Amino acid sequence: MDKHFHSTVNVDDTNRLVDLKQVDETIIEIVSDSGEGAQKCGQSLGAISAKMGNGVWTVEIIPAEIQPPARSREGASGIRVRIGSSKVTNMGNHANLVVALNEQVIYGRLRQDAYNANTLMLLENKWASHVSEDIRIQYKEAVNEFRQIGIEVFEIPMEEECLKLIPDARKGKNMWALGLICYMYSRNMDLAADQIKLIFKKKSQAIIDLNILLLKAGYKWAQNNLSYHFEIPPIAVDHDQVVMNGNEALSLGIMAAGIELCSMYPITPATSVSHHLAEHFHKVGGIIHQAEDEIAAMGFAIGASFAGRTPVTVTSGPGLALKTEFLGLAVMAEIPLVIINVQRGGPSTGLPTKVEQSDLLAAMYGQAGDAPKIVLAASTIEECFHFVILARKLAESFRTPVILLSDANLATGVQPFTRPNIKTEWFAPPYDQSPWQAGVSPFDWNPETGLSKRPIPGQKGGMYTVTGLAHGSSGEVAYQPEVNQNSAESRSRKMASFQRTLKPPKINGDSEGDLLIVGWGSTLGAIQEAVQQARNEDLKVSSIHLKFLFPIVPGLVEIFARFKKVVTFEINYSDTPGHPMITQENRRYAQLASYLRANTLCNIDCFSNVHGQPMSPDKIYYRIKQELSEEQSNLSHLK
Amino acid sequence: MLNATHDFCTIPMPDEHYGLNDYSKGMPRWCPGCGGHSILTSVQRVCKDLQYPPEKTVAVSGIGCSSRFPHYMGTYGFHGLHGRAFPVACGIKFRRPDLNVFAITGDGDCCSIGAGHWVHAVRYNMKMVALLFDNGIYGLTKKQTSPTSPLGTHSNTHPEGSILPPINPLQTTLGISNASFVAQTTDWNVAHLYATIRKAAEHPGFAFVRIVQRCPAFMRDLYADLSGNPENLIYLKSENGINLEPNAQRKFERVIEHNPLNINKAREHAEISDGIPIGLLYQNTENPRYDTYGAHNLGMNATDKKQGIRELLDHYTIKNNNS
Repeated sequence: MDKHFHSTVNVDDTNRLVDLKQVDETIIEIVSDSGEGAQKCGQSLGAISAKMGNGVWTVEIIPAEIQPPARSREGASGIRVRIGSSKVTNMGNHANLVVALNEQVIYGRLRQDAYNANTLMLLENKWASHVSEDIRIQYKEAVNEFRQIGIEVFEIPMEEECLKLIPDARKGKNMWALGLICYMYSRNMDLAADQIKLIFKKKSQAIIDLNILLLKAGYKWAQNNLSYHFEIPPIAVDHDQVVMNGNEALSLGIMAAGIELCSMYPITPATSVSHHLAEHFHKVGGIIHQAEDEIAAMGFAIGASFAGRTPVTVTSGPGLALKTEFLGLAVMAEIPLVIINVQRGGPSTGLPTKVEQSDLLAAMYGQAGDAPKIVLAASTIEECFHFVILARKLAESFRTPVILLSDANLATGVQPFTRPNIKTEWFAPPYDQSPWQAGVSPFDWNPETGLSKRPIPGQKGGMYTVTGLAHGSSGEVAYQPEVNQNSAESRSRKMASFQRTLKPPKINGDSEGDLLIVGWGSTLGAIQEAVQQARNEDLKVSSIHLKFLFPIVPGLVEIFARFKKVVTFEINYSDTPGHPMITQENRRYAQLASYLRANTLCNIDCFSNVHGQPMSPDKIYYRIKQELSEEQSNLSHLK
Repeated sequence: MLNATHDFCTIPMPDEHYGLNDYSKGMPRWCPGCGGHSILTSVQRVCKDLQYPPEKTVAVSGIGCSSRFPHYMGTYGFHGLHGRAFPVACGIKFRRPDLNVFAITGDGDCCSIGAGHWVHAVRYNMKMVALLFDNGIYGLTKKQTSPTSPLGTHSNTHPEGSILPPINPLQTTLGISNASFVAQTTDWNVAHLYATIRKAAEHPGFAFVRIVQRCPAFMRDLYADLSGNPENLIYLKSENGINLEPNAQRKFERVIEHNPLNINKAREHAEISDGIPIGLLYQNTENPRYDTYGAHNLGMNATDKKQGIRELLDHYTIKNNNS
């Protein structure tokens, strides 16, 4: 995008009339040390903008620690907000504006390629006159360095201005900064004041008033001192929308699915789902159980499901690893259950607050023995909501655990979507307590579909014993070899039955061409934006995005055959060709690529990394060009 | 037919009467002389005497010899994972207060691989009967040291004798906050076994019963002296305790008066080492119960649910700006 700021600023020239410039979109970051409220500022900006009718996407910048040392480069805490005049589906590329409460945190973000010469920086200037000479020098050097990169740095007396209103600027500077941004981007100040009332609803009226005062002061200061004044026209929508982050969408999806029990153990970045449930679940007759560990959370859910109602458990990678044994039992004993995995970086403790898509194969294959189950992945915040409803229905219809994958990017990303119209049929009906039909066994597998109906405790005549041991259709322990073969076939056949109901994925772009990108999960928006950019330049690139991961969706081989090259784009690890020791033979592919290669026998390549960052459209776009030029050179080589 | 006469009969009659057969299924595959047999029969008798509808009763177990138990019950059963009977049992009970739950676990199951769940199940204090089949050895996997094997036990994992002193399951349970019922009995004193399980079934909370159990296959000597000589059983006597018929009571040569409300005394008795204290060590019917919390908001209808979600969505809603 073009640099959309004026280049000159005159601080002393107050009360000028400034032209209002229209822009299609902007990317704003607010960064600070932890605990200075940058996220609150950015979330509010996102909410205000969404309420004004703009497209919005937010990404939180979270250090791993609660309160890392102040002014540390790795401790950057903050938020990115992308606001547009059309639907925004991803975090975008370089920021247009960054509001920074100290200069050191900028370094961390620069390393992540968040800014470039088109970025305007509004920087707290109190460090310039700090008592510590070291800090003064650091500040001066940093400002020079940023300017050398081409960043326009504008030093702002945030602390000084806030201290006119409050004794401790650490609490409140964020709202002053919000006011500043509200002026710059013509945000609706009534909505901004409402937002402050909402976020401080548990605080006193005095606190609310003070924050509104700070908001207005920031606004006024910007009006008097800045020549930057933009507007981002809203999208015309003819229906109501809701705006929330992915974890809130999961929580509301759980409620809308009619699920009444969430059994969980705290783990980042999944925990905020349970926070939301803990606050609101009782309003829909639900209850949350915080178990003693991840294993028990799973066992508790399985017990509750056995007793009649499909529950949900919410976790992240290390938690999924712990639930593995119980997951195998749920498959073996055919117990419906929804397992939500908000993925983070792994393996082990990995990158707890960062995004990764590394649990795909663990979800599909991570159990001992043959344990087929349904695996879905949400790719938008709207899908975080609707896929829980789908997952519960699939779990019950196919008498199986269902894993729903989300990730850290969706978890904290905020985006508006069409307000769901809640339907009664989304809820599970009350569990059956009528007498069990005589002569029907508890695993009465249909030979065609592998499906069977399960008795619920309380149903007379349905008494049976669930077991994780190999068992026959009556639930009895299998001592004959063919019984185990037969029950394994039935469980597998259910997956095939479900697969037969699926449609081939929709192709974004032409149905044939030079390059097909295959993605899954939260990269959807960025991939589509990059593909669009490439197609605008007449590049023959298309994309598909897989939402049903296991069993495999139909029609893939046919689709792949129509493209010269197929590449998956994933946020997980793969070996880079040409790196030491890496050969064609030993190269490890990204997870979806491995799965697709094994299942389609197509020569699928991959582009992936584990930087812990969402993929930006720019990076994808450049890679598309690279893939296509490699393709070109390979072809000319063959000639 | 009983149903039909019920309305006209002035003597209240149950709609259905369950016999012992209603609680049994199949032929137990435990070794001859295994303590499991008498425990199974006692549980079935308790179910019959309390007239638990079999379809409203669930036996939940982990893995091990003891955990085959649900397969021999005519009720619903859940034979789950090693050490994990308690989370499943708690999950069943949490939203189904109408079900009678028995959690069956062994010494390896409960005190080793599932020790974390044991601690928390005691603390949750959900109404169920928890039976610890404690034979001091891993049976199903063929004689490995268990956490309750006496010091020096020769096993396949410790051929020279076990190195560490055993866990005392009574002591441990009595040390967990919110413990509400702790009793001990043996598989060979069937009258006491029955009375203990019955008392446990009537307890409003998590009733933990350690059953000192013989394993003729691998620990033939462990309780040989104890079971052969009645002097080794120490009867904990209290009017609030586990009471036997006077005749059965008279057989005990060693009797200690013990008030089961006194947790400090209970902890003292739990440590008796020159015999087996049997009876009710501790009971508190006032402790908070997690299952009553779990059931407190059951049964919201679809209309109210729908309304609840709509109101929540209102907080996130941006009205159509085009109208």
